[in-house]
Order: sequence, then C-alpha cells, then structure tokens
Amino acid sequence: MGSRASSLLRDEEIEEIKKETGFSHSQITRLYSRFTSLDKGENGTLSREDFQRIPELAINPLGDRIINAFFPEGEDQVNFRGFMRTLAHFRPIEDNEKSKDQNGPEPLNSRSNKLHFAFRLYDLDKDDKISRDELLQVLRMMVGVNISDEQLGSIADRTIQEADQDGDSAISFTEFVKVLEKVDVEQKMSIRFLH
Amino acid sequence: MQPPTGPALAPAPGSSPGPAPGSPLLRWQWREVQAPCLVAGWILVASLAKIVFQLSRKVTSVVPESCLLILLGLGLGGIVLAIAKRAEYQLEPSLFFLFLLPPIVLDSGYFMPSRLFFDNLGAILTYAVIGTLWNSFTTGAALWGVKQAGLMDKGVEAGLMDFLLFGSLISAVDPVAVLAVFEEVHINETLFIIVFGESLLNDAVTVVLYKVFNSFVEMGPAHVQATDYLKGVASFFVVSLGGAAVGLLFAFLLALITRFTKRVRIIEPLFVFLLAYMAYLAAEMVSLSSILAVTFCGICCKKYVEANISRKSRTTVKYTMKTLASSSETVIFMFLGISAVDTSKWAWDTALVLGTLLFILLFRAVGVILQTWVLNCFRLTPLDRIDQVVMSYGGLRGAVAFALVILLDGAKVRAKDYFVATTIVVVFFTVLVQGLTIKPLVKWLKVKRSDHHKPTLNEELHEHAFDHILAAVEDVVGHHGYRYWRDKWEQFDKRYLSQLLMRKSAYRLKDEIWDVYCKLNIRDAISFVDQGGHVLSASRLTLPSMPSRTSMSESSVTNLLRESGSGACLDLQVIDTVRSRRDKEDAVMHHVLCGSLYKPRRRYKASYSRHFISPSTQERQDKEIFQQNMKRRLETFKSTKHNVRSAKSKARLKKDGRKKQKKSVANTELPNGKPPRSVNWQQTAAVLVAVDSDSEESDSSETEKEDDEGIVFIARAADEILQGKKASGSLDICPSPRIIPPSPTSAEKELPWKGDRGDLAVYISSETTKIVPVDMQTAWKQSISSLESVASPPGAEPGPHAKTVAGPVLDEGPKLERQMMPEQRICFQFPNPLLRSSRPQSDSSLERTEQPELQPLMALDEHGRMSTSAGPSNSRWLIQFNRPTRFSDG
Repeated sequence: MGSRASSLLRDEEIEEIKKETGFSHSQITRLYSRFTSLDKGENGTLSREDFQRIPELAINPLGDRIINAFFPEGEDQVNFRGFMRTLAHFRPIEDNEKSKDQNGPEPLNSRSNKLHFAFRLYDLDKDDKISRDELLQVLRMMVGVNISDEQLGSIADRTIQEADQDGDSAISFTEFVKVLEKVDVEQKMSIRFLH
Repeated sequence: MQPPTGPALAPAPGSSPGPAPGSPLLRWQWREVQAPCLVAGWILVASLAKIVFQLSRKVTSVVPESCLLILLGLGLGGIVLAIAKRAEYQLEPSLFFLFLLPPIVLDSGYFMPSRLFFDNLGAILTYAVIGTLWNSFTTGAALWGVKQAGLMDKGVEAGLMDFLLFGSLISAVDPVAVLAVFEEVHINETLFIIVFGESLLNDAVTVVLYKVFNSFVEMGPAHVQATDYLKGVASFFVVSLGGAAVGLLFAFLLALITRFTKRVRIIEPLFVFLLAYMAYLAAEMVSLSSILAVTFCGICCKKYVEANISRKSRTTVKYTMKTLASSSETVIFMFLGISAVDTSKWAWDTALVLGTLLFILLFRAVGVILQTWVLNCFRLTPLDRIDQVVMSYGGLRGAVAFALVILLDGAKVRAKDYFVATTIVVVFFTVLVQGLTIKPLVKWLKVKRSDHHKPTLNEELHEHAFDHILAAVEDVVGHHGYRYWRDKWEQFDKRYLSQLLMRKSAYRLKDEIWDVYCKLNIRDAISFVDQGGHVLSASRLTLPSMPSRTSMSESSVTNLLRESGSGACLDLQVIDTVRSRRDKEDAVMHHVLCGSLYKPRRRYKASYSRHFISPSTQERQDKEIFQQNMKRRLETFKSTKHNVRSAKSKARLKKDGRKKQKKSVANTELPNGKPPRSVNWQQTAAVLVAVDSDSEESDSSETEKEDDEGIVFIARAADEILQGKKASGSLDICPSPRIIPPSPTSAEKELPWKGDRGDLAVYISSETTKIVPVDMQTAWKQSISSLESVASPPGAEPGPHAKTVAGPVLDEGPKLERQMMPEQRICFQFPNPLLRSSRPQSDSSLERTEQPELQPLMALDEHGRMSTSAGPSNSRWLIQFNRPTRFSDG
C-alpha cells in the first residue's frame, strides 16, 4: 500500500508539504497511505464521515471538536495538504529547529501554534476568546456525569478567573498562553510520528 | 542493628540480674529492655542529629544530610570503638532488609508521581534492566581483568564468578542514597523520575544477579552448567514480574479492604501499612523482588486508597509514611558510618578499590550514553547531554550494596573482606563526594530545575484537553502509541477497577478536574484560616482569595469549613451560604452548617476564660453590624428577591432531572427532613459536619460522610444540630474571643482603602493571597456593604445554565465584588450569631465609621442589579431568619 500511496503523490507535492510541515519524506508517504485508507470516497479528500468512521474518535470526548479542527472554515472536505498541515501541529520540536529559521515563517509545530490549535478547540465562535459558555461546553464533554452542573459552573468560573487578566470574564489567547506558560506544551502537545 | 538484638528480644523471665536476696525496691532490668531501648536510643540519636544539622542552614545547603549522617555515624562508631575496644554495632543486613528498607520504598512508591512514572516507564525500565546488567557485567569483568593482569594483591582470592558477584552488588544504584541526595537538588521531574525510578526498579536485576552469581560461586564455577545460565535468565523474569505481581495483588487487596472501612476509620492507615508490609514480606518469602512488590503496591493502590479513606486517614498515612521513611533513612546512613569503623572486616587492596571506583563511574557513564542514544530515537523529548551527565553522576551506591556484601558467605567467597572494604569505600565515595558535588554540578551545568508550582485549574483542564487531543490525533494518524494504551487503560479503570475498588460515593465524585478545583479551594481555605489566626492581617489577607472562591458553590464553602475547623468560620458560613443562588439548597446547607456549629462553640467556651478580656467593645460592634445587616437585608430584600426568584424558578424549570430532584429535595429538606437521594453536594455538606466535629462524633459522622445516601445523614445532621443547639445554647452567650478580633479590624482596615479603585484584577491562587491588590480592597469594601447580600448568585454564579444568565450583562465592578462577597461575609459575619446573644452596649466609634460606608455600598450594589421588582417574599429570607429561633427553640 505504501508504494501505491507514494505513487499517487507527486514528488513536487511531497517537497512542498515537506517544506510547509517539516515532515520527512517517509513520514509523508506513510501518512498519505493512512490518508487514502481513511478516504473511503476515494476522491482525494476526507469528509467528516471519513473521520467519524475512526472508532476511537467516537469515544474521545473531544473527538468531534478535533475532527472539526481538520476542516478549514466553512468547508466539508479536507485534502492531503490540509490534513498534513493540521497534523504538523503535533510534530515534536526538534533540536535543530529551535535555533534556525528565526526570521522565516513560524513553523506549524511551534509552541504558540500548538497552543493556538488547542485554543481553537474551545473557541467555537472564533472571537479569539474563550467565553464561559464555551469553556463549560468543553468541560461538560470532558468530565463525567458525576459532576453536577453547579460544580461545573464553579469550576468554569474559577478557571476563567485564574486566567482572566483584563477582567472581561473570558480567556483571550494571550491569557491562555500566559496561564499555560509553565506547562511543557512542546512535549504535551506532540506525538511521535513514525519515521 | 546491633548483634544482641536477636536473643534479647525474648527476655527470659528469670534473667534479670538483680540481687537475689530479699525483695529489692528497685531492680536493674537492663537486659530485658536492652534491645528495644537500643533501637529507640539510636533512632533518637539520629533524629536529634537531624535537628542539630538543621540548625545551620549554611551547612545543610551545601552538604546533603546523608553525608552529615554518615560522618556522624563514623564519629559515633569511633567513640564506641574507643570505649568498647571493638565495633559493637553495625548495619545488620537482616534488619536492613526487613525493617529499614520497606518504609523508604513504600514511601517512594506511594508518593511516586504515577503519571510521570508511567510516562517514562520505557526509559526507566531500560536503564534499570539493561543498564544494571551492563554495569554488573562490565564492572565484574573489568575487575577480573585487572586481577588477571596481576595488579591486585595475591590476597584477593577471587575468580571471574566472584568478581561478577561483586559487580552485581556494587553496580546497582541505590534508591535510598539517590532519594536522599536528589531530593535536595531539585532537578527537573523527568530527570529525577528516571534516576529514581531506575534505582527502585533495578532491585529485581540486582537480586537476581546476586543470587545467581552467589549460587554459582557456591557451586564452584566448574559445576555450573548451561541450564543454570538459562535458569538465571528465567529467574530474572520470575523475580521481577513475580515481585510486581505480588505488589499488584496486595494493592488490589488493600484497595478492596479500604472500600469497606467506613465504620472503622481509625484503623484505616493501619491497613495501608500492614498490607504494604505484607506485600514486602510475601515477596521476600518467595524470594521475589520485594522492592518491586512494595513499589508497585504503593503506586497502584494510591488512587483507590486515597479515594476511599477519610481525609484524616489520608493525612495520617502521609505523615506516618514520611516519618517512618525519614527515620529509616537517617538510621541507615548513620549505621553506614558506624559500620565502616569496624576494621576487623576490612581488607584493603588499593588496586581493587581504585579499579572499582573507576569502573563504576566509567561504565555507568558509557552505559547511560549508549542507552540514551538508543532511547532518544523513541523519546518525544530526547535526553540531552546535560541530562546524561547528571544521570551518570547521579548513580549513587548505598546501603543496599553494603547489606548485600555483608551477606556474602565468607567461607565461599574468600575475598569477602576485600569486597566489604571496597564497597564501603564506594558507598562513601558516591554518597560523600558525588553527593556533595552534584549540587554545584547541576548548578554549573544549568540543568533544568523543577519549578514547583501549585497546580492551577487551567493547567489541569487544558492538559486534560491536550491528552484528548493527542489521543485523537494518534487515532487519526492510525499510530497507536503510548497514549492509546493509556486511554484504553483509563477506560478499563473507569469501567471496572474503580467501580470495584472505590466506594460508590468516592467513585461518583471522582474527577480530576474537580479534584484540583477542590484542592485549590482547600488551599485557599487553609490560607484563609491561617491568616485568620493573625488578627490584624486576617481581613486584609483573605481578600484576594475571595474572588477565587467567588462563584463558590457549596463545595468551596464546604472545603473552607472542612479545613478551617474554627467555629467562627462556620458561623459565618452559615449566613453566607444561605445567600447563594440556590436558595433551597442553601437552606439545607445552612442547616447542616449550623449543625457543625455547636461543637466549635464548645471549644470556644473552653478557651473563653483565657481570652476573656478582649471582647466587649468589639463584640458589641459586631453585634451592631449584625443588626445593620439584618436591617439592610430587609431593605434590599425587594431587589434581591427578584434575582433570587429568577434563579429559583430557573432551577426549577431546568430539564435536568437530577437537578430538579435536588431542588425538590432541598425543598422538602428543611420542613420534614426528608432524605434526598444521591445529591452530590449534600454529601459534601455532610462532610462538613463530619470534619469539624471532634473525635468520636466525627467518627460516627464521618462514617456517614461517604455514605451513598447523603440524605440520611443530613436529616440526621439536622437532628444532631438541634440537639447540639440545646446543649450549646448557653454557649451563645459566651463571647468567643478568637472570633471577634477579625471583624473589627477588618472594619478598620476598610477605611483607608476607600480611595483606590483600579481595574479589578482577579487573583486566584493561594500565593496571591499574600498580596493584596489595591483594587481588591475596594472591591472588598463594597462587598462588605453588600454583605447583605443581595443574593449575588445569579450574576456571580451563573452556574452551568449560564446561557441565560450570561455574566457579561453586568458590568465587571459589581460582579466582581459580588463574587467576593462570600468570603467577605465570612470575615465579617461569623461573629454575629455569637454576638447575637452578647450584651448590648454603647456605640463604638468603629461601628459608626462603618455605617456610612455601608450605605453607599449598598446603593452601589443595588445598582448592579437593577431589576427591582417587589415580588412575593422569598422563602430564603424566611429561612434565614427563622433558623436562629428554631435552633434556640430546639
């Protein structure tokens, strides 16, 4: 399958993806084969249904949010480029990347991009703020039914107060970054892609 | 620790050497108490030494305690040697393994950060297994090479097997030494967990190698057959996996047992220690790795045990464990020093000693570098050079090696004396030299230190989200990594294990985010109460923490109460809570809170005479405030009403069945004490009562607290309350000195703050409680005025059904202040009930100052919620006012 996948992928396309995402050649072909295997419609793009077919995602509390994150604003399909662009957020930051490319465009897997990805999962209305409602929704997804709404509400309130600096009762991205500054995001938002 | 221990433990009745004739007034019975007395004496000496060491910060900041203890041991050993002319005491292997080691291992297992441990399990196992094997074989072989080269003394009669045996015991990194040194170094968690985890898990390898080589040596190398090697390999798996399995088994038993200790809270901690110790002994009995057994028992049982046992038991377990571990550690190091004095066991060979030192350092470094190189191909965050240096250098040897070498059979291992001397030198070198230098080294290399900060809700929440995100991405990528399995495990745990091993109540309430939330609240509460102790600072310092609790639902109040244990707080709380959004619930809560009141009061009564002097004016003032409050409450009543009502009706309308139930339950609760079922917060409320009460009472109530039916308890609590009231009715009269101070001061404090009004930053964490932002003060001031509360809740605490309530409508100022109110009220009001009954007196100036202030604030408050509609009066207020009478009636 790997060979088939790579044959479908033009070399220049691979090069572009490589440049954009930082994945290696073999990672790209490997992920392309995964992409095609997910692509039941065989039209070179993935739809939401394709993602929803992944059994584990169905039981992931944030599964739907994450699926949505793969799709560009207002679109129902995602092509391989977009697919890779999203995945690139989770590429670990390698040592040699830390120093180079200071002036180039920020790599997709930078700390702030990783954080922004997470932030967008909360921020449904895309106003660059996590409101109390948005926070509550995510909280509700993540905690069991054991926690009552009141308890959840107080958690949400407190969470917002913790992070809120400008007193707008919402968490802006800056505040989000600030409140997580002690967290090793680079590690906690990275997975190992097979080489 | 000392040779005579064995026989002396069973004293013969007639053995006391008292004078035979007559019946003497006193008899010298040293022999009968000798053993325990010596043990206690040594522990005492070691503990006293610790105190002495800590006297000088300068010394302890440079020299690790373990070094000091070893040196002390050396000194003491020298003294004993000088007096007795022979070395009396030394570290007995059997005592070490049976009594001294288990507490340390249990402590480290139980408090092991399990997430970190399992995240790095791969690396830890590699270093522990491969690393230790590598170290043993290379060190042993290299030493044998030195011997072959003729560099060693002829006296060292040892073959390859002997050297391998020696290599196996000398190469294992020692958990006790590592822990002692690294705890003071504060390197980052990952590095620490790898080094420390390795030192714990390598026990299996060490034990196996030691036993295998020991048997080989005893058999004589000539008789060793291929099957013996195979057996050796097989025994590694048996010993390690078996040890872990024994640990898991006992962890399971322990969790299961603690599930049913509801009625015997007092011995809960005992189960923890006994079963862990049994795990150790059981593993030892069948010659499995006992360290692994205890470690795994500790790691695995913790989650369930902590959920099951009561709060008090948790504290007891924690402190007892720490105490035991710490004293064991102290004794071990001291006896290492003392044992070293015993020169009769020494046989020095320079080549052997230097060779060993060189090889263990060299091969550890090589091993670490090789393994890290391999591991880094798989690790998300590679271990860099500096990490490797610290890991190599942190390979301390300690008491385990020493005990093992002492255990060698001198008849079979003829070079034993040389090995003993070398081991002692190695242990001393690693603990003293490496222990001393590792701190500067870490500083010099700029190793990433651990920054210990308190968990924040945000971190907890978002890290959870990260986990989910990563798990999802792994699923999308189709690569099932570590997270996939952790996910699976968590689901299994949730579905089966937790249900089986946790009390239903504990299980239901179990949620990590919620836990963190509770912890934060508790911390705030603690700091609040702590500061409450200082009269002057109390009012001011508590301010910042208030906003955090703001939206404070019952739980936070609960926690506050739970921790505070002070009657004062409880009292306030009573008033305080009533004001929260869910009026009915509050009524019940109120009820419960009142129940917890009477005991603290009694306490105050006891201390009453002591502080008798202070009360009068302040008290009076408080009383005035109280009256004002009441008045004000009535005034603001109309405005509040609206809010309250809306909240109430909303709540009622809620589709959520549970909630409905809760509400209705709350409704019925007050009048007829009908038990509501399975309402979370009621359970917590029950906890309140339980926690604050004293021993026996608490026992009974505590047993209830984790009951599934919080309801029953509550009803009962109410009864209790009433009864208690009766009992303590007279107490009302006595002024409680402790209570009083804060409020007047708070009033005073308030004045200067009037002016400032900045942006209202919200400070949450307990650390911030120490800094009182100016803006807070204003807010606080206001909140005082709004004491009366106006039922802030709808705004401040929109609750989950926030959609409708949407905070943003209100402007920040009022909202904030409202949020703060709960706390404020606490400071202010708690005295009220007490004062209620106190004698009336003339106005104090303080009080007067207060009045004007309250007025404007109140106005402000009303502004905040402009919706003023005079509706039917709220049951809440009725409740509020009724209650006192009720109780006094009761």
